[in-house]
Amino acid sequence: MSDSHAATAHHPELRHHFGDMEQQQNAASLGMWLFLVTEIMFFGGMFCAYLIYRLKYFNDFAAASQSINVVWGAINTAVLLVSSWTMAMAVRCAQLGKRNLLIIFLIFTMIFGATFLGVKAKEYHDKYVEHHVPGPSYEFKDKLLGHSDYVPDQGHTQMFFSIYFAMTGMHALHMVIGLGLMTYLLLTAWRGKYSSAYYTPVENIGLYWHFVDVVWIYLFPLLYLISRK
Amino acid sequence: MSENQHHIVPVWLYSLIGGTLLVLTYVTYKVSLIDLGSFNTIVALGIATFKATLVVLIFMHVKYTHEKMTKPVIASAIFFLILLLTLSLADYGTRAWS
Repeated sequence: MSDSHAATAHHPELRHHFGDMEQQQNAASLGMWLFLVTEIMFFGGMFCAYLIYRLKYFNDFAAASQSINVVWGAINTAVLLVSSWTMAMAVRCAQLGKRNLLIIFLIFTMIFGATFLGVKAKEYHDKYVEHHVPGPSYEFKDKLLGHSDYVPDQGHTQMFFSIYFAMTGMHALHMVIGLGLMTYLLLTAWRGKYSSAYYTPVENIGLYWHFVDVVWIYLFPLLYLISRK
Repeated sequence: MSENQHHIVPVWLYSLIGGTLLVLTYVTYKVSLIDLGSFNTIVALGIATFKATLVVLIFMHVKYTHEKMTKPVIASAIFFLILLLTLSLADYGTRAWS
């Protein structure tokens, strides 16, 4: 369709300060990436703290990491990766203007996201029962695998769990916000707001969801797999 | 109006990437069971970075975007993240810990 025609009968979602829908979409996408950059630096600070303490307290971090159930962590990683696939498919359906499939993939993404949070709650409960939550009742009795003579330091392992809860907690908070955004997408998709010409919110919330997935891609090996041999 | 302006990634590519991510998760777990000394960390971070790259390029459409500033913005974020991590670690790693 020619530009002159588009100018006379423009899309209802086209804001007046943009030349056309593609420019508007690109601007929105770039804005989302600028926000994600601030998120990268936000999580980067915590990754930095983690790496410094891991370097200094390696054996204590390894012992504490071994006390986390790696099977639940691996299941959760798979759940989150699959949710990223369903989100990518949801964006694809929005691009093609397939309303019903978009709704179905959004629902699947929400189910996987909720499953992730459920498993995370179970893991947190395990840590609570084991007295591995930093605080007055903290107690770490586990040994380092293959080094039964090494007594892990209470303060150093507690630092691991402080970082563990801070990082997985911030990640889980992002998941909860993501589920809220999904609910918004679901309601608006239901009303038929999105078409192949306009699906910017689906694309940008998709970017957010994938970013949260990327954070977990790093958290899983760093927190669960420090030393498993 | 704009159907032909947006690259539609085929389902098989999304599925291939998704499958690769799942396989690599299994690989990173298996590798952690082998004692490679300090290389365990490097391999784990290498696999994670490869997975993250796949997600960013394909799932997040960075490979296909027409917006010219997206890639420089991401590159600057990676640059400053590396700056933060390497300078901090170089400092703390060579300093007496009291």
